Amino acid sequence: MSTTTTTHTPVPERSQPPLLVAGPIAWMRANLFSSVWSSLVTLALAYFLIKFTVGLIDWAFLKSVWTVPTDPATGKLNPDACRQAKGEGACWAVIWDKYRFILFGRYPFDEQWRAAIVLVLFLGLFIVSAMRRFWRPVLALIWVAVLTAIFTLMWGGVFGLRYVAQDEWGGLPITLILSTFGLACAFPIAVLVALGRRATNLPAVKLICVIYIEVIRGVPLISLLFMASVMFPLFMPVGLNPDKLLRAQIAIILFAAVYLAEVIRGGLQALPKGQYEAADALGLSYWKKMGLIILPQALRLVIPPLVNTFIGFFKDTSLVLIIGIFDLLTSGKVAVADPIWQAFSTEVYIMLGLIYFCFCFSMARYSQSLEREFSKSVRR
Amino acid sequence: MSTTTTDPRMSGARRAPPKGISLSWSDPRFRAIVWQVVIVGLLVGGVWYLASNTATNLEQRRIATGFDFLGRTAGIPIGEFLIPYDPSVHTYGRAVLVGILNTSMVTIVGVALITVLGTLVGIASLSNNWLLSRLCRAYVEGMRDVPLLLHLLFWYAVMLTFPPIREAISVMPGVFMSNSGLKVPLLVWEPAHTGFALAFLAGCVATWIAARRATAVQYATGIRPKVWPVAIAAMVVAPLAIWAVMGAPFTLELPVKGRFRFQGGGNISPEFTALMIGLVLYHSAFAAEIVRSGILAVPSGQWEAGGALGLKRGTMLRKIVLPQALRVIIPPMTSTYLGVAKNSSLAVAIGYPDLVSIVNTTLNQTGQAIEGIAIIMSVYLGISLSISLFMNWYNTRIALVER
Repeated sequence: MSTTTTTHTPVPERSQPPLLVAGPIAWMRANLFSSVWSSLVTLALAYFLIKFTVGLIDWAFLKSVWTVPTDPATGKLNPDACRQAKGEGACWAVIWDKYRFILFGRYPFDEQWRAAIVLVLFLGLFIVSAMRRFWRPVLALIWVAVLTAIFTLMWGGVFGLRYVAQDEWGGLPITLILSTFGLACAFPIAVLVALGRRATNLPAVKLICVIYIEVIRGVPLISLLFMASVMFPLFMPVGLNPDKLLRAQIAIILFAAVYLAEVIRGGLQALPKGQYEAADALGLSYWKKMGLIILPQALRLVIPPLVNTFIGFFKDTSLVLIIGIFDLLTSGKVAVADPIWQAFSTEVYIMLGLIYFCFCFSMARYSQSLEREFSKSVRR
Repeated sequence: MSTTTTDPRMSGARRAPPKGISLSWSDPRFRAIVWQVVIVGLLVGGVWYLASNTATNLEQRRIATGFDFLGRTAGIPIGEFLIPYDPSVHTYGRAVLVGILNTSMVTIVGVALITVLGTLVGIASLSNNWLLSRLCRAYVEGMRDVPLLLHLLFWYAVMLTFPPIREAISVMPGVFMSNSGLKVPLLVWEPAHTGFALAFLAGCVATWIAARRATAVQYATGIRPKVWPVAIAAMVVAPLAIWAVMGAPFTLELPVKGRFRFQGGGNISPEFTALMIGLVLYHSAFAAEIVRSGILAVPSGQWEAGGALGLKRGTMLRKIVLPQALRVIIPPMTSTYLGVAKNSSLAVAIGYPDLVSIVNTTLNQTGQAIEGIAIIMSVYLGISLSISLFMNWYNTRIALVER
């Protein structure tokens, strides 16, 4: 840039250049105060947001009660401090008192380290499955191995672990078992049903698949869970009565398979016809054509919507509360049924909400990043 | 020309394959039939096995099958009903009908509120205003990543934290919040109000006709006649005139606070309120995402063309973008509506007497598990089917007509 000054004839009237095109003030002018309406909306929202945040911090941190003393006479906790703060501050003491119950349900207290290891195993399984470098057939083996380890830990009875009956399981492990094990079983069924629905040369099979999909999609999951809890015992031979968790698990598998099948069918339809024809031209048999050519491409196409289905499905497992299975939500609900804590259910529900949110939000973020990555490779 | 003569030059290899099915595994048609017979046979066998088990079990437990129980006196107390219901007089059949009506009401009110809130949030999340769009995104993420059942339990717990009736909070004169619900004033209904309502409906029809004629005139002449004077005259002035002529009655029945209960007024139960708040917050987040992606699916050239015509942003949205976005929005929105209908069954968890909750009580009392679940499933299949039929009809109506 030169600093020399040259004389010019004064430039006649010209519109002023914008004062600022970069920097925070310009950004605010463009994005927060671009018009009168926009400014009004910004000011109103900012006012409510600040008021809400201040109130929330006040409630959750400044005026909240973190622990309550034990009453020496009865040996129980004395929630008077919480009662006094009611309406002004949160009572986190309920979480402090009940967190092990909420997370692990009625699992024997001394054995809860096993349930904790199960949680870690589940998280590890999810993280490994999310990494693309493990998207190889070996992943199926990892799943089988980890699920076996999880059930061994939960049940016990071997390697010197105490046997824990299934109706003592509870909390987050149940939610994760229902959703993860449900997915692992529903997925192969879903692939078969999706293929069956597109098998035009097998009209009877196609009809069965269409009826199965449409009926299950038309009814709420609750009705299937009721079916599992009250009708399933009638279906079984006299004397055989599988336990409640297994029955609910079967209902969830049947339900999830349908939604997964519809997503997979979308992938099968999105694949260009040439892929099918090329496989036929090579003289591949039906199963080789599907297993080697079609499914690997179709499934890859639908991974983002599949993850979204997983999210919905993870949330839906909470419905087992209605038939009395001890999942995360049920254990939270039972925890606040304790007479001491009855008035403080909001705090517990907020904590449960945060747990569910962490799982669902990270899955949603993961699905978005996959989508971005896939669209990048397609665009290239 | 004769087609029956065979061309002597045609070799065997070029002849069409035989019409009949050869009974050999290398014939794909034969294989298809065998596979279908095997699969259908397995399915029929499985169903028959389950059915025979069920028959044995029912016999052993001495449960009579059939829908006779619907004719028996129910004895189930139901808190909320749209048709008169008395547990000591009415039958199970009527109780189930009460449940169906409650489920339908929740679905209809829910769908209406979800559409409005979802559209607003969806549009606002694309706003130029950074704060507004960020807040809308946060709302969507926060609401949809928490299970609906947790929403319901949470809002029900919040409803129950309101003070008891004795210390009910007066929100406005005549409106009270307490842990037994929201008390609102009720209008004392008189013939003049029926006249008002009918005149208003007639006014809506008249406005609709006027708008259609205005569009026709606009197509013919290019100038759109004003519709709003007709609308005001038909929808506001005429009904008010009829109401005034019939004596202009207006009496509100205010709820009066008693020691343990309110006298008079209308009541919105905490169960219904919690169910509505939960359903609307949860599903409107999904609806907002659908609206947002629908608007984003409209090519940006449409916005620019609208801007080049000198249209305002709101006009562009209403006249150019939304009609095109609707084509993308309708199919996934249908699934959301179906989800609302099905998820309204979660009401059973907080004790709102919807269909599932009433049938559940019925089957606990009578032991008629199979019939009860058959009722639930067929009603929901019916609701799902009618929503999809209606939405498919609407979808074909707004579909792009290509020349």
